[in-house]
Amino acid sequence: MNNEEYKGLMVFAEQREGKIHPVAYELLGKGTEIAQKLNIEVSAVVLGSDLGDEINELFYYGAEKVYSYNHPVLADFDLLNYKHNVARLINEVKPETLLIGATHLGRSLAPRIAAAVNTGLTADCTALEVGDEGNLVQIRPAFSGNILAHIRTTTRPQMATVRYKVMQKLPRDPSRKGEIIEKEPEIIESVLKIVSKESSGGVNIAEADVIVCGGRGVKSSTDFELLQDLADAFGGIVGCTRPIVDDGWMGKEHQVGFSGNTVKPKLYIAVGLSGSPQHLAGMRDSDVIVAINADPSAPIFKLADYGVVGDLYEVVPKLAAEARQRS
Amino acid sequence: MHIIVLAKQVPDIEKVKFLRETNRVDRKSADSEINPFDLNALEAAQQMKEQLGATVTVISMGPQSAEAVLREGIARDADRGILLYDDSFAGADTLATSYTLAAAIRKVGDFDLILCGETTVDGDTGQVGPGLAERLGVSLLPFVSELTKVSTDKVTAVTETSAGSLSVEASFPLLITGTKELNTPRLPTLKEKLRARKAEVEKWTAADLGDVDPVKLGIAGSATWVESIALPPEKKRKGEVLQGEDAASQLVAALDKAGLLKG
Repeated sequence: MNNEEYKGLMVFAEQREGKIHPVAYELLGKGTEIAQKLNIEVSAVVLGSDLGDEINELFYYGAEKVYSYNHPVLADFDLLNYKHNVARLINEVKPETLLIGATHLGRSLAPRIAAAVNTGLTADCTALEVGDEGNLVQIRPAFSGNILAHIRTTTRPQMATVRYKVMQKLPRDPSRKGEIIEKEPEIIESVLKIVSKESSGGVNIAEADVIVCGGRGVKSSTDFELLQDLADAFGGIVGCTRPIVDDGWMGKEHQVGFSGNTVKPKLYIAVGLSGSPQHLAGMRDSDVIVAINADPSAPIFKLADYGVVGDLYEVVPKLAAEARQRS
Repeated sequence: MHIIVLAKQVPDIEKVKFLRETNRVDRKSADSEINPFDLNALEAAQQMKEQLGATVTVISMGPQSAEAVLREGIARDADRGILLYDDSFAGADTLATSYTLAAAIRKVGDFDLILCGETTVDGDTGQVGPGLAERLGVSLLPFVSELTKVSTDKVTAVTETSAGSLSVEASFPLLITGTKELNTPRLPTLKEKLRARKAEVEKWTAADLGDVDPVKLGIAGSATWVESIALPPEKKRKGEVLQGEDAASQLVAALDKAGLLKG
């Protein structure tokens, strides 16, 4: 492999039901920043079925070039065909860097692409920097988020999956234009057949701006209604700690923590949870943290911007009422 | 029917300590155990063996002590345990690991299904399973939370995505990565444990893998390297403690000022 042949930065743009996942815009924002430092081009690759004007959004958020694959088979999650066509594109275009959002699809797709083109891949980055000689420094939390590893890649492209909601997208600019390159997809017959789909009922805790998260201090599953009411008052959604999921009170899509979802909301209200290291690893980057707990020595207070020491069964309803009054 | 399960020995992640002086993880600070997700993979294999009849092979790459995870597998009814142990395997990133595992699996022979955990709790990349599927040229069903229907030539499984779950029918050969929800792993009985303690664990070195390119193994075959390790910057928190009858209204006033109220 001659690394000198590889030029430019490419973003894999995931789409669902014809809508581009916003992590792609964040990656274009970061990609543009890196590209300006290195004086290189930012492109995107998107696979789907009749995406129409949605493709232009990639230009509005920073792409200079978009490689577009259009085929009915590509409408849905199809790892094999996504991998096959992106790997072909890499071998043709030879980007120096390929960034992929660390969604479920991205985390499954990226390692297959990396193995197919024999290159290094770093998982779940939270920061990217330009190192000496223009190399990409990929930064990711390790060991429950207690340390940050700075990782480099010796091969090309330098591939990384990047967490959603950690990079900044550029302001949307509809006057921006770019070049669409229509690519002819090669379609492989898949041995997978989708039997049915079930949406998560709109719960996507990783994307919520406000989260009210309950732990062991909540005494019964029905008491989570109090937390739901507080969440409603702030326009947020309810999360929980791992023991609550283990007890079957809430589904895993609500779980915040190292083994659940990593979240970064504008406002995080921790209710009746002490703040185990594993829980903190999943929410420590929240903008504003509020803790409500009866035990003043609970570790969560150390991380909180505002702490209320008290009985959650008194504090939570009051807080909900106050918030409704003011908003 | 032949099922291969991948397992890894990991430090107890809830206890392991990080040494600030040397920027290294102190592996001595915690006991080693089998990666918790691998227990779900072993349980799934055991259930399939019970229902359909199957041969189960467990494979692990790691230091000599990783023999213990293969005995965990044998105690859970695996027929064969293989430890890939060689100095040249050490320091492998996920690219080199999937290369080595693929070579070992080719040596083991035909398989219908490979089961592994969605990730390991130490490296936490989740990249080895999908990378291995690519190297072996088989389909991948990632993040499987339920095996709804199993037969000797295909499965119906629920796979989790960020937008919800999909029920997918997939024929063999296939690689599945399982989540914690896949099942509740049983504990082996004392008798099974004793049997596993006496069982033979095969040890394979690079020479046993046959046709492998030594520069693709271990640290030599790794395309990523850790340049440095840092402690995460601590965000400055206000740390304001609100007390008394009007704590709730003080808090809402502060959040209102920060623009965090609805609407």
